[in-house]
Amino acid sequence: MSGKIKSNVPVLLFVVLLAAIWEAGTSLFDVPHYIIPKLSDVFVSMWDNRQLLGKHAVTTLWEALLGLGISTVAGTLAAVWIDRSSLAKKTIYPLIVGSQTIPIIVLSPIMVMWFGYEIWSKIAVVILFTFFSIAVNTADGFRSADPDIGALMKTMGAGKRDLLLKWKIPSALPGFFTGLKMAAAFSVGGATLGEWLGGESGLGVYTKRASNMLRADAVFSGVLLLSAMGILLFLAALWLEKAVLSYRRS
Amino acid sequence: MADLTRSSQEAPALSVRGLSFSFPGQPHLFKELSFDIKQGEFVSILAASGIGKTTLFRMLAGLLIPQAGTITIGTQENSAAEASKQGKIGYMPQKDCLMPWRTVLDNAALGLELSGTSKREARRRVLELLPGLGLEGTERKYPHELSGGMRQRVSFLRSLLGGGELFLLDEPFSALDAMTRVSMQEWLLQVWEQHRKTILFITHDVDEALLLSDRVLVAAESPITTLSELNVTLPRPRSYEAALDPAFIGLKRQLLEHLGRTVSGRAGVTV
Repeated sequence: MSGKIKSNVPVLLFVVLLAAIWEAGTSLFDVPHYIIPKLSDVFVSMWDNRQLLGKHAVTTLWEALLGLGISTVAGTLAAVWIDRSSLAKKTIYPLIVGSQTIPIIVLSPIMVMWFGYEIWSKIAVVILFTFFSIAVNTADGFRSADPDIGALMKTMGAGKRDLLLKWKIPSALPGFFTGLKMAAAFSVGGATLGEWLGGESGLGVYTKRASNMLRADAVFSGVLLLSAMGILLFLAALWLEKAVLSYRRS
Repeated sequence: MADLTRSSQEAPALSVRGLSFSFPGQPHLFKELSFDIKQGEFVSILAASGIGKTTLFRMLAGLLIPQAGTITIGTQENSAAEASKQGKIGYMPQKDCLMPWRTVLDNAALGLELSGTSKREARRRVLELLPGLGLEGTERKYPHELSGGMRQRVSFLRSLLGGGELFLLDEPFSALDAMTRVSMQEWLLQVWEQHRKTILFITHDVDEALLLSDRVLVAAESPITTLSELNVTLPRPRSYEAALDPAFIGLKRQLLEHLGRTVSGRAGVTV
């Protein structure tokens, strides 16, 4: 553990250095506060509005987690389907891979049209942002399962259930977690976009309102919180991956 | 030789009759091939790469269905596919095929687990055999922490526990460096002396075939219609020193001459 902390020291020091440059630079070059506010002002604004920010943050986090959860279940099921059915492998899989080239952002207004201004349109956008990475990476994980291991298991009398539980699923887990980590990072962006397209609460709404009022300190505090949320969700997925795939560490 | 006469009265461990196989749209790999392996015998099939050795093993292991012919394993008239379902065959593929997410203990226990043995009992039996196979203290390790030779030992132990009487070993040492290979060959000889299971061993290494086997079956031409046979009359137990014996050199000369003759086109000469 101490080695792990040690390896993270350079990047942490660099972040502190950047923060110092931000704080000193804005004072030194007299940057207008509505372009880049002083970092200390951002923290002051964050503290002053802590209750409001807390309420908005909970909304956004809830949307992100709910969307991520639905995507995880649906994406995994889609991957299982693609793995089991050769027809789905030939039709659905290429479509899902191809669909990743569509700028998903442009589909978001459709979600608002279909699901309205309530929480479901935000969750739909989050799903749009996260479903594909989980489905594609998990499907790739299933494909990467070593067929020789499967053949060997068959000579030992393995049935379909054994093959799925003891060979396919463990083989697919690394791919699944790659997808989950990406999805965790995307989910906050999806929730924020959903809120921008129309909503009553959430950090996306907060930053948009603050931006309309040219309150740069408030915009930046929202942006910092959203970034922190994305990082935390990613780290949670990373932690889960390390806990489940503990064999990789040793 | 003693082993051969000892078991000659019993039913063969493996009997192949009139086996034919080809992949769709390709020339035959096997045509009307027949051969027997006796109980407790160690037989090598010596053949050049790409001639269909692994395909033959996949048929014997029940993973491929031959287009014609029968494969009888043990006394019962089982098709290969049925026998493999009953866990009568221990198949050790060329790659070690260890599961990276399982420890040595759980990798070795796979076959037992699949045949319905409780996890606890399976682990107990693995732990019992580990020291005898030179794997003591590795039970909590993962495959990536082991050397190539150690991984093959675990793979062999898994086949030993998972299978019954007949073992199919498909070039298990071909990916190892020369030093490790020699020590693994001696190791296999020791283990075989202890357990005396029937082993069918595929190799393209003349020395390996002679050192390990009671009989060497040579497949030289394609499609394979017959296997010519050489009895290895060296005394057992053997160690690598047997390779320095004049009798070994004599047998090697016979094998090489035969291989040379078939390669130069005069196929079908029995050694």
